[in-house]
Amino acid sequence: MDVMDLLMLWSDSPGVSFAIWLAVLVFIMYLARTPAHQLIYSVSGTLRSALRLAARSLRKMEERLSARNKEVILSNGRDTAERAIEREFHRVNAVVSRDLAEYPAIHREIKEAVDRIEADYQNASDVPPLPPAWLDAVDTISKVAKGGDSTVARILENIAETLEDAHKETLKAYQDSSRERHGLLKEMQPEWRKLQQSVGQAQGAVAGLDERTQSIDTHMRHYEEIRSGEDHAARMLTSSSLTQFFISGLVLVIAILGGVINFQLIALPMSEMVGGTSQLGPVRTADVAAMVIIMVEVAMGLFLLESLRITRLFPVIGSMDDAMRKRMIVITFSILFILASIEASLAYMRDLLAMDREAIAQSLAGSGVVEAQFRWIPSIGQMVMGFILPFTLAFVAIPLESFIHSSRTVMGLAMAGLLRSIAFVLRLLGNVSYQMGKVLVSLYDLVIMLPLRIEQMVIGLGKNREPSPIEDYEDELPVDALPTKHSKK
Amino acid sequence: MKNLILISIVIAAIFLVGCNEQEYKPKSKAVYMLLDTSGTYTEELSKAQKIINYLLMSLNSGDSIAVARIDSGGFSEKDIVAKVTFDSRPSTVNEQKRAFKRKMDAFIETAKGSAHTDISGGILQAGEYLTETGADERYTLIFSDLEEDLEKGYVRDFLIPLVDIKVIALNVTKLRSDNVDPRDYLHRLDAWEQRVQQGGGSWKVVNDLERLESLLKL
Repeated sequence: MDVMDLLMLWSDSPGVSFAIWLAVLVFIMYLARTPAHQLIYSVSGTLRSALRLAARSLRKMEERLSARNKEVILSNGRDTAERAIEREFHRVNAVVSRDLAEYPAIHREIKEAVDRIEADYQNASDVPPLPPAWLDAVDTISKVAKGGDSTVARILENIAETLEDAHKETLKAYQDSSRERHGLLKEMQPEWRKLQQSVGQAQGAVAGLDERTQSIDTHMRHYEEIRSGEDHAARMLTSSSLTQFFISGLVLVIAILGGVINFQLIALPMSEMVGGTSQLGPVRTADVAAMVIIMVEVAMGLFLLESLRITRLFPVIGSMDDAMRKRMIVITFSILFILASIEASLAYMRDLLAMDREAIAQSLAGSGVVEAQFRWIPSIGQMVMGFILPFTLAFVAIPLESFIHSSRTVMGLAMAGLLRSIAFVLRLLGNVSYQMGKVLVSLYDLVIMLPLRIEQMVIGLGKNREPSPIEDYEDELPVDALPTKHSKK
Repeated sequence: MKNLILISIVIAAIFLVGCNEQEYKPKSKAVYMLLDTSGTYTEELSKAQKIINYLLMSLNSGDSIAVARIDSGGFSEKDIVAKVTFDSRPSTVNEQKRAFKRKMDAFIETAKGSAHTDISGGILQAGEYLTETGADERYTLIFSDLEEDLEKGYVRDFLIPLVDIKVIALNVTKLRSDNVDPRDYLHRLDAWEQRVQQGGGSWKVVNDLERLESLLKL
C-alpha cells in the first residue's frame, strides 16, 4: 500500500478523502492537545534553559577572562611604572653623584669666599686718618693777631705753613688709604662672582633634583593607582595598550618591508655561495641562506638590546651580572657588525652580477655593450643599504616587545568580546526558541480551532470568560518549563 | 626564559626540517639543437645564431644546451659543435654563455655544406644526449628543411626512442618541389610528426622566428 492508496482510503474522490483525513487529524490533535502543548513547552523551555545556561557559562568565562586581562594589564602597567620610577631614581642618583657629590667642595669654596670677602671688607672700612692732636693748638696760635712784630709774624706764618703741610699730608694719607680700599674692593669682585657661580651651581643641582622628585611623585601616584587595582588605571592602561599594539604593529610591518628589501639585496649573490640550483624543500637554498642571515641579524639585535637592558624579552639575559652583559654586548655587536659587512659585500656582488648579466644579455641580443654612466652611485647605495639595514633590523626588538606585550591585552579583549557576543547570540536563540514554542502552541490550537470551539460551547456556555489556551497551559505547566516567566517574577 | 626556549625550539625545528628534507633540484631544462648544414640551407644559419642566442638568454643554472650539425652521418658525438651544462654559480654561468657564443659564432662563420642530410641520426643522438642529462624538460630543436637525404647503406627506418622529449622543427623552408606540389611539404611534416610521436615524443613546428618566446613552452 503506497501513500496514494492510503490517502484514498476513505473515498475515491481525493477531495473527500483529504477532508476525512483532515477531520481525523484534527480530532486526534484535539485529543492529544494537552500532552502536545506540554511537549512543545517542554522542548522550547529545555532548549531555552540549555542555551541560557551555555550563555551564562560563557559570560562567566568572559568575566574570568576580563579579570585575567585586567590582571595582565595591571601587571604590565606595574612593570612599566616600576621601570619608570627606577629610571627616575637612576637619574636622581646621577644628579646626586654628579652635582651634589661636589657640594662639600662648593660649600667650602663659598665659605672661603665669604671669609675672604669679610676680611677684605674689614680692611676696606673707611676710617679717615686723624690729624695730629697738636694741630688745634697750632691752628689757634696761627690765628693770633700778628701785631707789628715781624718775628712773631714769621713764626706765625711758619706755623700756618706747617699747619697747611700737615693738612696736605693728612689728605694725601687719606687719599692713599681710599685708593687702597678701592683696590681691595676691586679685588673682591671675582670673589663675588665665584660666590654667585657656586651658589648658582648648587641651586641648579637642587632644582634638577626637585624636578626629578616631582616626576617620581607623579609616577608613584600612578603606581599606587595600579597597585590598588583601580578601574581608571586599568582603562588608561588598556587604551595605552591598544595604542601600543597598533603603533608597534605598524612599525613591525615597516620592519618586515625592510627585511624583504634586505632579502632581495642578498638572495641573488647568495647563489654564488651556496649554488643556484639546490633547493631545500620547495625553496631555493640561496633564499633560505639569505633568510637565515636576516633572521640571525634580527636575533643578534634582540640579544644586543636585551643586553643593553632596553628590552626585557629574555629575563636570563637581563639578570646576568654586568661583566657578562658587557661581554654579551661586545659579542652580539661584533657578530652584527660582521654580518652587516658581509651584507655590504653581497650587495656589491649583486650589483656586479647584475651588470654582468646585463652585459651578456646585450651581447646575446646583438647590441654592443653600453657602459652606463654614474653606475658607481647605485653600487655604493646598495653597499650602504646592505650595511645599514642589519642595524636597522636590530632595533625591531623594541616594537616586537611592545607588540608581544600589547597583543596579550588585545587578544584578551578580542576573546572577551567574542565570548560576550556568543553569549548574547545564545541568549537570543534561547528566547527565540521559547517564543517559537508559544507560536507553535497557538498554531496547534488554530488547527483544532473547530473542536475547541465546540467544546467551549458545550461545557462553557453561560460561564465567565475562559482563559486563553496558552495561559491555560502555562498555568498547567511545571515551574521548570517556564523559566522566563518565573525569572521575571 | 620561556621565550628563549620557544625561539630555540622553532629554530631547531626549522633546521631539522631543512636537514631531513631531501635536497632536490628545481626543474632543469636540456636543449639539443640540430643545425642542417646541407646544401643551400647553410645560408639560413644566421637565423639559427639568433635562436641560439635566445636559448642562451633563456637558460639558467643547472640547464644544459648542445648544438650539433646535421651532416652525412648525424649519429656521432663528433657532430656536436658545442655543449655545456651551466654551473650553479651565476657568475660562472655568464662566462659559460660567453664561451658558448664565441664557439657558435666561429662555427657559423666557417660552416661548410655537407653532401647528405642525416636528420634521423641527429635526432637519435639528441635523444641519447638529453636522456644522459637527466633534465626534467627535454627539447630537441631541428633547424632544417626536414628533407632527409641518407648516404647509401645508412639504415634509419626504425623507431627512434624519444620518450618525454619535445621535438620542435624550426624554419622548415619550402623546397622548390614543394612549390610545385605543396602536398610534398605537408607529407614531409606529417611523416616526421608521426615518427616522433611513435617514438614517444611530442611535435611542434615553429616557422615564425619572431615568436621565439613560445619556443620552450611546448
